[in-house]
Amino acid sequence: MSDPCSLLTCGEATDRQVALEEYTGGLPRWCPGCGDHAILSGVQRMLESEQVVPERTVFVSGIGCSSRFPHYVKTYGFHGIHGRALPLATGIKLSRPELDVFAVMGDGDCCSIGAGHWIHALRYNVDMVALLLDNNIYGLTKNQSSPTTPQGHPSNTAPDGAWLPALNPLTVTLGVTNASFVAQTADWAPSHLYETLRAAHRHRGFSFVRILQRCPVFTPGIFMEAVRKPERIELLVHDDGVRDEAAEELYEHHVAHDPSDLNEARRLAETSEHIRLGVFHRDPSRPTYETTRRLPVFTAEERIAVLTRELDRHAV
Amino acid sequence: MTSITEASRPDAGNDPRATGTPRSMKTPEHVVEIVSDSGEGAQKCGQIFGAVSAMMGNGVWTVEIIPAEIQPPPRSIGSASGNRVRIGAGPVTNWGDRANLVVAFNEQALLARHRLDAIADDAIVLLEEMWADHDDESIRAEWSAAMEELSAATYRIVRVPMEERCLTVVDDARKGKNMFVLGMLATIYARDAERTKDRIDQALHKKSDDVRRSNRALFDLGAAWAEEHLDFRVDVPTAPNDRPMVVMNGNQALGMGAIASGMDFLAMYPITPATSVSHYLAEAFPRVGGIVHQAEDEIAAVVAAIGASYAGKTAFTVTSGPGLALKTEALGLAVMTETPLVVIDVQRGGPSTGLPTKVEQSDLLAALFGQPGDTPKIVLAPATIEECFHCVVTARQIAEAFRTVVFVLSDANLATGVQPFPRPTPDPRWVATLPDQRPVEEGAKPYGWDERTGLSRRIVPGRPGGAYTTTGLAHDDESKIDYSPAVNEKGCRMRSRKLAVFQQTLNPPPIHGDDEGDLLVVGWGSTKGAIEEAVDRARADGRRVSSTHLTFLSPLEPGLKEMFARFEKVMTVEINYSDRRADPFVTEENRRRGQLCWLLRAQLLVDVDCWTRVHGQPLAPGRIVEAIEDRLGIGAES
Repeated sequence: MSDPCSLLTCGEATDRQVALEEYTGGLPRWCPGCGDHAILSGVQRMLESEQVVPERTVFVSGIGCSSRFPHYVKTYGFHGIHGRALPLATGIKLSRPELDVFAVMGDGDCCSIGAGHWIHALRYNVDMVALLLDNNIYGLTKNQSSPTTPQGHPSNTAPDGAWLPALNPLTVTLGVTNASFVAQTADWAPSHLYETLRAAHRHRGFSFVRILQRCPVFTPGIFMEAVRKPERIELLVHDDGVRDEAAEELYEHHVAHDPSDLNEARRLAETSEHIRLGVFHRDPSRPTYETTRRLPVFTAEERIAVLTRELDRHAV
Repeated sequence: MTSITEASRPDAGNDPRATGTPRSMKTPEHVVEIVSDSGEGAQKCGQIFGAVSAMMGNGVWTVEIIPAEIQPPPRSIGSASGNRVRIGAGPVTNWGDRANLVVAFNEQALLARHRLDAIADDAIVLLEEMWADHDDESIRAEWSAAMEELSAATYRIVRVPMEERCLTVVDDARKGKNMFVLGMLATIYARDAERTKDRIDQALHKKSDDVRRSNRALFDLGAAWAEEHLDFRVDVPTAPNDRPMVVMNGNQALGMGAIASGMDFLAMYPITPATSVSHYLAEAFPRVGGIVHQAEDEIAAVVAAIGASYAGKTAFTVTSGPGLALKTEALGLAVMTETPLVVIDVQRGGPSTGLPTKVEQSDLLAALFGQPGDTPKIVLAPATIEECFHCVVTARQIAEAFRTVVFVLSDANLATGVQPFPRPTPDPRWVATLPDQRPVEEGAKPYGWDERTGLSRRIVPGRPGGAYTTTGLAHDDESKIDYSPAVNEKGCRMRSRKLAVFQQTLNPPPIHGDDEGDLLVVGWGSTKGAIEEAVDRARADGRRVSSTHLTFLSPLEPGLKEMFARFEKVMTVEINYSDRRADPFVTEENRRRGQLCWLLRAQLLVDVDCWTRVHGQPLAPGRIVEAIEDRLGIGAES
């Protein structure tokens, strides 16, 4: 935390070591076998290894299964409304840049009702970690098609199968001006998940991580093959991206991809026979919005002095 | 029969120069309208005239006449754009009835005002004459047709060679004709030329020296032309201001109020007529460390403001009707999470896109009841431009003290109206105190409600020992999700109780007029000046009528029921829709009434009547007098 507190008075600085258990919030109420459990573990492990200060951290979410996330992490949290995690997180970070902000969304939240915010959050490039927990379905409302539901996959709102080709969140993200960090990982690759989260947290800018997430109740089959057949996975490998020995051993297909190469990132992000995990794009040179908009903090007396000059301008 | 004084044509035989000293008309007040095509600068002319009049010690109310488009087709009825400036020997609180002097840059703009019945029968009209002999045959035909239509009126129309004269100074008379007109007005109303030219320089401070010089020259030209050619002057007595005054419009006042209140963060999305608050603040706010965040949409704007407030900053959002509709769900979130938030709604005509640039008071019930579920919040409405300034300070303080949403209901009339008012003396105590960042004390809960008041202390992020998750779901005092009947009942009761507690801090509203009588007129928001002027006129005619004006609409100020009981009849006057009693199929039971009327009937069980209009204009005192007389069984108003 190099940013000075924007409130003039911050809580006492702490250099104590935070233990993993201290990041544990309420008992998760996700279904047994839900990929969110693994993601929560990965996030907590990353928080511990990065020694994120709990009281200076806010987890923001929308609505859906994944959006219960903040309740299960022992930091500050704001469980908001459907689709609006990103503007909420933007308001928090823009006004208090010294806070460490995470936004947790599902595919309905991010890619459907909140899709407008998704595009603009990428463009603002506010320094935060945005996690898309993508299970390809609406879970909490009981099995409706989402924008990322594979075409033909049946749901309660499309019993004969989803009518449209699935939206590819990676190509969308990489198409937005000012996108500065785009990665993909999977709930069933815990070490890769952890490394990706760590890289996302260390990136100064809007770090977008799509996490492929299994829903054992409504979409158990969708990622089944990818889990069972490691040859379906292709790892993007680069020292400026994510290196994870365990994954590199398990998954035989590797692509050496320099995350600074945006055109190649866009090509690799296209839907193909492979599921690609890794960092597609990283551009640390892009300024963050809260830095661009950063202003000094003024005391009440200083504000009144400015206002007095403003009133002078309107005096008659 | 309209008399046309061809003052510009010595050969017409009635050159006022021949008549000697101009006739001076002394009057306690005068209403001037300057109307042009959009983009010809009539508004700038009116604003400067208003400001100079205020400086010289006249009461002033300036209001914009705005088309909805930036550049509507020129010389069309819909393109009339400009200002009405009402000046008076004493304070002026509203735009008045009909114009006494009209300056029109073309005959179509004049026709537009004529058709709206905005011009007094005995008004003097200064009309640009270039169109009469225009090269374009169709324009000449339009001029003739307009003159034919206007011949039924009794105005005195004076033709003025504005274009011809301006071309002696500039190449494009479209840019600068407004200053020529300003010069004419300065002569007619004896405005101080140097002060006026200082104001011209101020208004053009971003332009080049050349532009400022030619505008001053055009001003002198207009002043000299009027001196030479016009046979009348208007004398509205001035009285030097006995205390320092400032002059601005309601949106600027809201913006300055935000600075005075210590606001840190404005998140907004462009919408007429609210946007100019952000125009002002985009320039001034950074000087006090404030951020204007133009969000990607109305929802993102309010949600970002909620985020900023949750994080410990003082935040607000500014919007108008359609934007308010989009913010609905998020406002429910702010109420549920007890996140302080000030929402400024500059109301315009609705429903849907409605009348984007015109005034209405139609968002009252939406502000109170717009959210599904029970969402108690505080709603207040400034009645004057001065109140626009101070109400932001009040709203911010209430929002923080009561951890709730506070609505400020302004409207297009206040937003674009310009009025002088006593200069506020800002106080550092108005500025928000910084949120507590010390470690959270043992046992403190994020919703540690005091059962008697529903109040609780906020724990903002950054405080050690306070990590909790706030949620829009039903929750207990520790902010844990809990759907149990007792917990939900308690949460609703605690959030509602804050309003009852807050109401204890309010006083009954003052009565304008006697404490009892035949009729009490009840208003809210920007109509105060017009209502009180109407009541004064009716009282001068011996009517037993009084008025009261509500600042707080939720909760209502106390003592209303007892006050209403002292009057034979009670009637609200509002700028929103109501069925008229004589309308087909309308009965006492199904009649849809004005919004405040609706609220008062529901809340107080008093048979309150209403008189409302949705004509897209501020109310004129004369029309309110007619409504009062009708309710007293005297006039013929329906």
